[in-house]
Amino acid sequence: MFEMLYKTLTQQGLVTAFAVVGIIMWASGHLSKILTNGRVQGSAIAILIGLALAYYGGMVTGKEKGLADITLFSGIGLMGGAMFRDFAIVATAFEVQSSEAKKAGWIGALSLFIGTVVPFVVGATVAWIFGYRDAVSMTTIGAGAVTYIVGPVTGAAIGASSALMALSIATGVVKAILVMIMTPILSKFMGLNNPRSAMIFGGLAGTVSGVSAGLAATDRRLVPYGALVATFHTGLGCLMGPSVLYLATKALMGG
Amino acid sequence: MVIFGTSLLAICFVVGMYLGDLLGVALGVKANVGGVGLAMILLIFAKMWLESKKLMPKATEAGVGYWGAMYIPIVVAMAAQQNVVVALKGGWVALIAAVVAFALCACCIALLSRTGKRGEPLPPLDPAILADAPGIR
Repeated sequence: MFEMLYKTLTQQGLVTAFAVVGIIMWASGHLSKILTNGRVQGSAIAILIGLALAYYGGMVTGKEKGLADITLFSGIGLMGGAMFRDFAIVATAFEVQSSEAKKAGWIGALSLFIGTVVPFVVGATVAWIFGYRDAVSMTTIGAGAVTYIVGPVTGAAIGASSALMALSIATGVVKAILVMIMTPILSKFMGLNNPRSAMIFGGLAGTVSGVSAGLAATDRRLVPYGALVATFHTGLGCLMGPSVLYLATKALMGG
Repeated sequence: MVIFGTSLLAICFVVGMYLGDLLGVALGVKANVGGVGLAMILLIFAKMWLESKKLMPKATEAGVGYWGAMYIPIVVAMAAQQNVVVALKGGWVALIAAVVAFALCACCIALLSRTGKRGEPLPPLDPAILADAPGIR
């Protein structure tokens, strides 16, 4: 009996994922009301549950894709993968007021630039404090602090070791998770209640995953504005990391 | 028909991604540059054009709207496949670098959102819009 059920659920992976995520959303909506009197958004709780399940999945399987590595939940991998995520993000653009989007052109570009340079400098400085004193190590870890894709792309381009790349990815993943969790908490401080500030946030907070989840947990109508800018973040990072930023670090460290 | 909306979305998505890849190659970057953003811009223009031609019936809109509404559940599925174990194993370097980087960026966001022409806050959420996401406020 149970074996049959297991087989069915595994074979219908994506549909099982829809069911599982729906249950998580339902439960977190209730937890939001019961535990926090609705103060913490249901979607924020759902994202936290997702992260906790990802930790569980990673511990059980020892692999990289959290809950999706457990065969029964492999459909989660497809549902939450880059294809569906980006497809749904693009769909949210349908609600964008193009007049709002036009207003913040230059500030989006400015925040993208700051959002690449500041995390890089912080990452490289922390690396230096912890004894990674060569330009390649500092650049790789600094690039990881930009996003967890910029890290390994930069590292590979300048010949970093795999251990260094793992550390760089870890930095980026920690940052993405932090953005997911802290955004709804800091939303007042960041003035995150209008399309313009959502675009600034998209450029500065980086990672599409962090930005999209953070905004979803704050106010889902802000998602398209943030995502519109954040989508250029990884590209800009991959452009600047192995070139300008590496050369600047090298010049500063003298090799 | 609903599929017209979904198909329009898919066409914008694929074209945007392709342009993002081309842009990446043109810049000599091993990544897609702004594919999602370009797809979003295409969709915004397509919507404006179709609406001006009165070619956007409710059913077509629903074909896009469904995927927009599925966005949060998809993000939850995305959270469930993050490499949380590696993030926690990264140790102090990863943690401190990430915390300080985000803290500084949060301050920049706070500063920039309060300078220049301030954006108009969105009106309070209309409960009817959220009917598609029960329990989500």
